[in-house]
Amino acid sequence: MFLINCPYCGERDQSEFSSGGEAHIVRPKQPKELSDDQWAEFLFMRKNIKGVQFERWNHAHGCRKWFNMARDTSNDKIHAVYKMGEKPPIK
Amino acid sequence: MKNKYSIFSLIKNAFSYHENWQRAWRDPEPKKEYDAIIVGGGGHGLATAFYLAKKHNMTNIAVVEKGWIGGGNTGRNTTIIRSNYLWDASAGLYDHALKIWEKLSQELNYNVMFSQRGVMNLAHNLQDVRDLKRRTHANRLNGIDAVWLNTEEVKKFCPIINTSQDIRYPVLGGTLQRRAGTARHDAVAWGYARGADAMGVDIIQNCEVKGIKRNGNSVEGIETTKGFIKTKKIGVVAAGHSSVIANMVDLKLPLESKPLQALVSEPVKPIIDTVVMSNAVHAYVSQSDKGELVIGAGTDPYVSYTQRGSHDVVEGTLKAILELYPIFSRMKMLRQWGGIVDICPDASPIISKTNIKGLYFNCGWGTGGFKATPGSGDLFAHTIANDEPHKLNADFNINRFVSGDLVDEHGAAAVAH
Repeated sequence: MFLINCPYCGERDQSEFSSGGEAHIVRPKQPKELSDDQWAEFLFMRKNIKGVQFERWNHAHGCRKWFNMARDTSNDKIHAVYKMGEKPPIK
Repeated sequence: MKNKYSIFSLIKNAFSYHENWQRAWRDPEPKKEYDAIIVGGGGHGLATAFYLAKKHNMTNIAVVEKGWIGGGNTGRNTTIIRSNYLWDASAGLYDHALKIWEKLSQELNYNVMFSQRGVMNLAHNLQDVRDLKRRTHANRLNGIDAVWLNTEEVKKFCPIINTSQDIRYPVLGGTLQRRAGTARHDAVAWGYARGADAMGVDIIQNCEVKGIKRNGNSVEGIETTKGFIKTKKIGVVAAGHSSVIANMVDLKLPLESKPLQALVSEPVKPIIDTVVMSNAVHAYVSQSDKGELVIGAGTDPYVSYTQRGSHDVVEGTLKAILELYPIFSRMKMLRQWGGIVDICPDASPIISKTNIKGLYFNCGWGTGGFKATPGSGDLFAHTIANDEPHKLNADFNINRFVSGDLVDEHGAAAVAH
């Protein structure tokens, strides 16, 4: 449990948010041309990083907007919050 | 050779105030090379090593563990054992394990305190009733014992459950698997460790894997905090940290690691002599031999490697427990902890070869791996020794996420994941 600084609403309890998992996984532009391997990669395979991970979050019990976060999954520290469509502000 | 544990050894050691019991396993330094190395000294890893040595004569092997054996999810789960899964593949897998559990204490000469006290799964709405009845039928077709109980029968089997129809999620019935139950989780790790060690397996604790060395598409060994160890076969059984190992060889797994919580109460006199699980309200409870209520909560809904878990998850579980068991309203909770579970998209495990020669993964057990410990070890040992899966774990290969042949136990398994 931790606090998340929603870019639209400010600091709120994590329980107000829902996690959308790993960020920056782009939906295939030409789905008909994808092989089964490529579909599996898009649908199921995840980096599941222990360390700083970029992920999508939704303020489900608030403004209901999506945004991105860089969070260290080994200690739940949030390093950056940035809007959808933006590039991660840290490496 | 180790001394056999028996009533006579117990009496003999009583005369020396139990001060002269021998070590249960050695504490060796790693050799330069092994025929196979198991990464992860939890129940599944130790069982894998045990069956590799016992059934496949592979005794020049090692188990490397970054902490101490059984210190991860093996020591953190709620010890529930059952095999009442819906699909044929899962039924085969989990009942294979249950059959080994039934003889495990004798096989290991170590009391794992396996107790077939039954596991009851409650239904709280009409869809639950339909799903659980369907699962009961599916179980019986697969030769797994399962019965449907109506509300009165639930009350009779476990009298402290509140079966009033006026509560928010009334009990509409439940299923019962009488062969199911619990076991002492630490004893499982220790028993397998002692058994494997006696056959020559090196159990190397405080030895963290830092890298996997490859030559072309084959593995050559592992880099560890205790130096490089050469081997041609690596079996990874690292639970929540499976992806961390996989990322060392740029292998992506369909896993997300999340904290799963459990808690125990202060010890009280025997009050509940079975295991009751409730899918819809996510509450399950049993009582340990020490008298503590053992309560399982849910997973945090985000990836995290912190072995803690959030308070709101525990709060939700305890609210449900209190409605179902008003008698527990003044119980004090003593300890709470989290373990990191690796969850597959279909809530079924992976026991599989990979496309790297000599690298095998046993992972994705998610929230329910403890029950499968002996079966998982047996089948993973078979897979490693023969470089081919056993027929019982053939469906649990990693390629099912490409082919689409998922073993979807998310909604169908007896508990919400």
